This record gives sequence, structure tokens and C-alpha cells, in this order.
Amino acid sequence: MDLHFGDSKPTDEEKAAVDALLGPPESSWEGAARDEMTAADLRWARGGREARERRDLLLPGLHAINDRIGWISEGALDYLCRRLTVPPAEAYGVATFYAMFSVEPRPATVLHLCTDLACAAAGAADLCAGVEARLGLGSGVSVRRSPCLGLCERAPAALAIKAGDPVRTAVSAPATVERAVLAASAPDSAEEEPPAAMAVPQAGDPSLTLLGRVGVVDPSSLDDYRAHGGYTALRRAFELGPAGVIREVTDSGLVGRGGAAFPTGRKWQATAAQPDRPHHLVCNADESEPGTFKDRVLIEGDPFSLVEAMTIAGYATGAHRGHLYLRGEYPRALRLLENALAQCRARGLLGDDVLGQGYAFDIEIRRGAGAYICGEETALFNSIEGYRGEPRSKPPFPVEKGLFGKPTVENNVETLVNVLPVLTMGAPAYAAIGTDRSTGPKLFCVSGSVERPGIYELPFGATLGELLALSGVRDGLRAVLLGGAAGGFVRPDELDIPLTFEGTREAGTTLGSGVVMAFDDTVPLPRLLLRIAEFFRDESCGQCVPCRVGTVRQEEALHRIAERTGAAAAGDIALLREVGRAMRDASICGLGQTAWNAVESAIDRLGAYE
Amino acid sequence: MTVIPLGVPRRLLEFTLDGEPVRAPEGSTILDACRAAGKDVPTLCEGDTLTPKNACRVCVVEVEGARTLVPACSRKAEPGMEVRTDTERARHSRKIVLELLASSVDLSTTPKVAGWLKEYEAKPDRFGPDAARLNEEPKVDNELYVRDYDKCILCYKCVDACGDQWQNTFAISVAGRGFDARIAVEHDAPLTDSACVYCGNCIEVCPTGALSFKSEFDMRAAGTWDESAQTETTTVCAYCGVGCNLTLHVQDNEIVKVTSPHDNPVTHGNLCIKGRFGYQHVQNRD
Repeated sequence: MDLHFGDSKPTDEEKAAVDALLGPPESSWEGAARDEMTAADLRWARGGREARERRDLLLPGLHAINDRIGWISEGALDYLCRRLTVPPAEAYGVATFYAMFSVEPRPATVLHLCTDLACAAAGAADLCAGVEARLGLGSGVSVRRSPCLGLCERAPAALAIKAGDPVRTAVSAPATVERAVLAASAPDSAEEEPPAAMAVPQAGDPSLTLLGRVGVVDPSSLDDYRAHGGYTALRRAFELGPAGVIREVTDSGLVGRGGAAFPTGRKWQATAAQPDRPHHLVCNADESEPGTFKDRVLIEGDPFSLVEAMTIAGYATGAHRGHLYLRGEYPRALRLLENALAQCRARGLLGDDVLGQGYAFDIEIRRGAGAYICGEETALFNSIEGYRGEPRSKPPFPVEKGLFGKPTVENNVETLVNVLPVLTMGAPAYAAIGTDRSTGPKLFCVSGSVERPGIYELPFGATLGELLALSGVRDGLRAVLLGGAAGGFVRPDELDIPLTFEGTREAGTTLGSGVVMAFDDTVPLPRLLLRIAEFFRDESCGQCVPCRVGTVRQEEALHRIAERTGAAAAGDIALLREVGRAMRDASICGLGQTAWNAVESAIDRLGAYE
Repeated sequence: MTVIPLGVPRRLLEFTLDGEPVRAPEGSTILDACRAAGKDVPTLCEGDTLTPKNACRVCVVEVEGARTLVPACSRKAEPGMEVRTDTERARHSRKIVLELLASSVDLSTTPKVAGWLKEYEAKPDRFGPDAARLNEEPKVDNELYVRDYDKCILCYKCVDACGDQWQNTFAISVAGRGFDARIAVEHDAPLTDSACVYCGNCIEVCPTGALSFKSEFDMRAAGTWDESAQTETTTVCAYCGVGCNLTLHVQDNEIVKVTSPHDNPVTHGNLCIKGRFGYQHVQNRD
């Protein structure tokens, strides 16, 4: 390709940000400074496949610029494109896809205020109004209303990001106007976040399997992890061999915890059996579903367990490289994971020869940049590869053609962490937990109108009522949102629904990723439904028509009927149903297919607008 | 002599189309098989020379065992598959998709769509007068072609044609996301500041008229564009030795636009700036 670059120049600071990631340019052909060309530059050529294969550094490059400067100028984007041999039009398309990047000048500090379901119920509207009154134009802070920040147990939440070298972040949750303003104006002196264990009301309970180490171990210490049973599962994996590990995982009945509930053993087997090489492992830590925060708490409380579980998954499926795609809004999880990877590399638990067993494996962290759609597995591949995070058509399925077109196994954080008890306790003991068809322990993210919001671990089969009783549900319960924004509402008289995949299916709803949001009768339901519709309209990638336009038409209809009921709303409800049915049937991916679920369930089960 | 590319012989596979057994060459899509069987399945984003992005979702059909409807333009036919093209479910989705599109963009210059709107009884007006539309002003920033994104359905064909499927210039891509997604050049600049080489291959594949010759755009604005009065003559480009085929569209003895036959085995409809736009000297009669 013959790339064309305009004449906009990067500033020294922008160049430095890119060079810190990619190293200095080898020749002025790679940089912008043609006027400094030397004789050696005239006999230098590089391009073709070698250059194109660096395309996956585009997203880290955009992060590097955005982190240092706060936004991405034309000169900076062109410089990054020159370095990576990426067409500027495509890079512009990628940069404008993600909510955390800006291609317009803006202040160095951006304060994200969550306005999603849990935060809205906890007073986000007042918080936003208060903060916007304090931090207006000229304050040096850009205040942005944001989708779910994954801090639902401490709602309402705020995240401040101050560009610079290094970039500074501060989380304030539960946020007050004072504390949010302080976090934005002086992120270094903002008060520290409470430890992850504070999000686990059962912390310290010896019967916990997945959360057993949260609050017990020091998440920054490999020694402490090993002292608490760390790396026994990997040793057992090496004893069993890859086929043995897959057999154990299959026999355990473990199914994916990300929402789709696909049998993990079958996915691993299908990938392992592919003749094409290399195989890739992807850990999906891009939880952006409103109401979901379990990946964050697991990573912040017990990061080494994820590293160990990914190593096992890679070993079983024949992958030598793991890609950990972490959502961009989780700065503390990122820090703890980076520390964990460094310690594991230093101690031979990652690298060319893991545990001296002759197996090479390493993990690379990729940061998302604010796009819910990137949690869809094929959109996530595109995002890592440096393309717009748009989902791909299936078939071909990822086990055959996934990341970089190679066989890929992708698992959610919770799924992977379940592999550790499968191996340490053995498949039969693991399968004995829960029910026949939903085996093992399950994490639930409980938030909203409860006394003790947080992550709960229960064996499959406990009822919704038991879980809500445990978390101290408040009086006047009006509705429970099960499975997140892509899930469905249930009524307060349906609390005997068993929390299993088959039980929720029989009840005509879904367990999804394990979100349980309780809403009491102080929460205005139409406002809530409108927020869900807004969320999907904002997060649609725009690739296919049913989702791109359908989400807009649904939001418009909900606006029209926000204050109406009965016959006055009937026409628009019929319209919503017709559009919703086509979105479910004809959208390319799960986002469009599920965008209508929650609103439909509110109409059918809760009698909203009657 | 006309060269007729035969390709590698392909095995036939059998499957069921609307209850009838059909045979299609291995690798064909459901849409290929439908067309071979004389069935009309509507589509907007599919084209004869590019791999479809299956973004428009107008061609969805029902496949036995599939949870959702599948796009006929992209899904390969498989042996034993049971496909139904005209069920209530498929027709419902097509109708809604046509309504969603027609309510958000201007489809007045999209061939065939008026007939489909009628056939599927689509009523784009029922989303109300306040339904969001693109409402973009045409971008007229050069003398060769006009970008009228008010007509754009984001089929990605121009992006693919400019990118690795045809031209390898990579001057355009999709920017933004969701309803705000737009086809754009780098930094959303005017075309004249972009990597565009004015081959016009994007106009060649645009299914809606969102990309058009400046000549066509001006004549439409003046009310003088009249396709029924135009003749089409296919000839050979005289600029260089490659011998690309040009189809000259002539109205009132003036060339009004230039296309290129897609079944030409050398160019598949591609041209360069000279072949596509360099026709003024022909009609310079002074």
C-alpha cells in the first residue's frame, strides 16, 4: 500500500509518547522528520508483511498518546500511523470508535461520572449536577457522564484520569461532590480505594472456593499466593498432561460464566484439536455489562489466580501466548495484574520454561478503551488486532479462526478461575457442587436496593430469594434485574427462581453473567428502562442496520411513553415489540440480539406502562 | 476474443430451499443458490465483485436449527441445510429493516428499494415525524464526485473497494460508532486533503447514490438528469495500454458519467482517475 500522510506534525511530547511504546524510529522514513534525512536513510527499506504485522500495536499506541496528552491530535495520529504503516483513515476510524479517546482538544483531566443503573439509583443525577456546577468551563477538567464503571457496590462512582507521564488516576466511590472534585483536581492525594475484600461481604468464610483468597492474601505478593495454595493446580495440570486437563474440565461440567454458558471442556477440546498453529488464548476481562464487577474484584483481590488459570488453559489448548483484554476503566486491576505478571516472569512461572516443565507461555495485557461491544468475543479479536471493535460474522467460529485468524479459545475471568478448583479438588468433587446441569460455585454481582451490595459466591441452585436475603434486601422491593442490561426483570413474587442455567430458563429469564440488581419502589421504572435503552444506543457499534437504527427507534419510543400508560402507550409498545423482534432475529451479534430483553421483560412481567 | 474464465471445477452439494431439493456448487452462498433457483431475495449491501459485509440484513433467511436468521449473501450453503426464504419471520425482519433504513436515510436514488418497500408493506413513517435521521448536507469539495451521506446506509462497500479488496488506497473508513458512525477520510478532512486518488471505484460500488459523479449530482439538482434518455456505450479506454473497458453514459450527446463492466476479467469494474473522470476532452468541441 502507498500511504498518504498530511503535513500535520506531532509535538515532541506526542512523539515521545509513541516512541516510549515503540522505541525510537530506526530511520526517518518511519518518523516525520524527512528534513533530517541522512545518507543511511536513503538505503533503508522496510515494509510489507513485517510492517503490517505490527498493526496490533495501534490500540496501545492510541492509549500512549491519549494517556500522555489527554487527546489524539492529527499530528500524533499520523506519526503513529507512519511508525506502524497503518493508513491514517483506518486509524482515525479506530480512534473515534472508543469512548475513552478524543480526537478533539480537551483538558488533560477527564472525570467520568457513572450514570448507569446502580449509580442512577444511588443518586448519580444529583452528583452530576453538583460536580458540573463546580467544574465548569475553565476548571481544567472535562466532566463526562459515563456508562457503568463497574463499581456498583460502591455507587455512585467517579473515575478521574489525568493525562501526563505517568498518567494519574483516582477512583471515588461512593462519590460525593467534594470527593469527586478532589479526585479530579488532585488525583495523587485523593483518598485510597478500599481493598477488594470490602466488595465481598462473605470475605473470610472458609467455605468459599472462588473468593477464598480475596481479603486473605496480599494481592501484590506471589509468595503469599503460593502460601495459600497458589500454583498447586498448575502442578496438577502438568501431572495430567494437556489431554488430562481437558478431560477433567469436561468431566467437571464447567460451562462459561460470561453469559453464554457454553461447555468449557468442549471449547478447549475443539481448539486443541485444530491442526493450524499457533493457537491463542484470550481472557475476556472486558466486563462492561451494567451491574457487573466480579472480574474487577477477582483481579484486584486475587490476581495471581487468573495468571495461574490462564497458564493452565494455555497448556491444555496448546497456546503459548495469552492475551488478557482488560477493560480500560480498571486502573487498579491493571496495576495489580502488571505486578503479578512481572513477578511470575521473574520466578519462572511465565516465560520460556514454566515451572521447568519445558512449556513456554506468556501473557500480554491489552487495555480496552471504553466500548461494551468489545466484550463480544469476535469484536474483542478485532480490537486486539487494531481494527474497529466490530463483531465478525460466525461461522467461522473462533476455535477455528479467531485471533489473528488462528484457532483461539476465549474465556471469561470467572470461567478461568473455576479451573483451579476443578484441578485441585478433581472433577467429581467439583461436579458434586451445584445441580446436575449447573455445576460448581457461581459468583453473583448484587447491587441496588440492598444493605450489603457486593460479590457473592453460592453453589448453583440457591434461590434468588436466598441470595437477596443474604445481601439484606430492603423493604419495598419492586423489581430485580437478573443478568444485567441484556438480561431480564423478575417480580418480587418470583424470588423462588433457582439460580441455575436451567432454572432461570424454565422461568423464562436468564442468569446471564450473574448480575442481580434490586430496585425498590422509590426507583422510577420508566426512567430505568430509558437508561437501558440509552445504554444500548450508545454502545451499538453501528455495523448492522437492526441494531444501529433499531436501538435509536426503541429509545425514541420509550421517550414518548415515559410518562404514559395504558391505551396511550399501546401503539408505541406494539412498535417496540416489532422492532425488538427483528433486532433479536436479524442483528449480527449478541448486543443487538439482547438489547430489547430487559425492556420487554419489564413490560411483560412487571406491567410497566399498564 | 472474449476470455471466459472457467475457474476450478467445483463439486455440487445438495440442500433444501423452501422445501425443494436444490444443488449448488461447493462454496456458493445461499443467495447464489436462491438466484440460480430463480428466487428473488432482496439485498442492498451485496455486490457482485466484493465480499459482502452482511451489514444491511435485508437478505436474511431462516435456516433450520439456527437460533437467529442468517444473511443469505454471506452464509455458505452446506449439505443437508434446510433454508426457507419467505417465512413470516424472515419477511418481518426484512420489513422492519427496510422501515428502519427508509426512516433514517434518503433511499430515493436506491434502485429497486421502492418496490421492496411496497412488497413488504413497509411504513417508514410510523416512527413519527421526530424520528432521528442522518440529515447531512452533501459534501461538495471537489469537481469530480460528491459525498451525500444522507443517502448512506453504511454498507461498507466503498471502504472495501478503497481498501484491500480493490484499490489498496485505504483513503476511507468508518469513523465514530452506532447511529453516529459515518464513512470518513482521515481526520474527517475534505477529500482534497485526504489520501483519495479519485479512481471513483467507490462510486462504482455504492448501492444508494450516496457517492455520485459531480455531473450527475448537478444535473439532478437542476432537474435535468434523465436516465431514460441516456445511452450506454462500452468502449476501450484510450489513455494507456491496459485496455480497460469503459461504459460511457451519454445524455443529449454529452458524457454524463463513466462506469466499467463488472464482468470484465481484468478490471472487474475498476478504473483509474483518467478512465473514470478524464472525459472532458472528448466533448471539447471548440
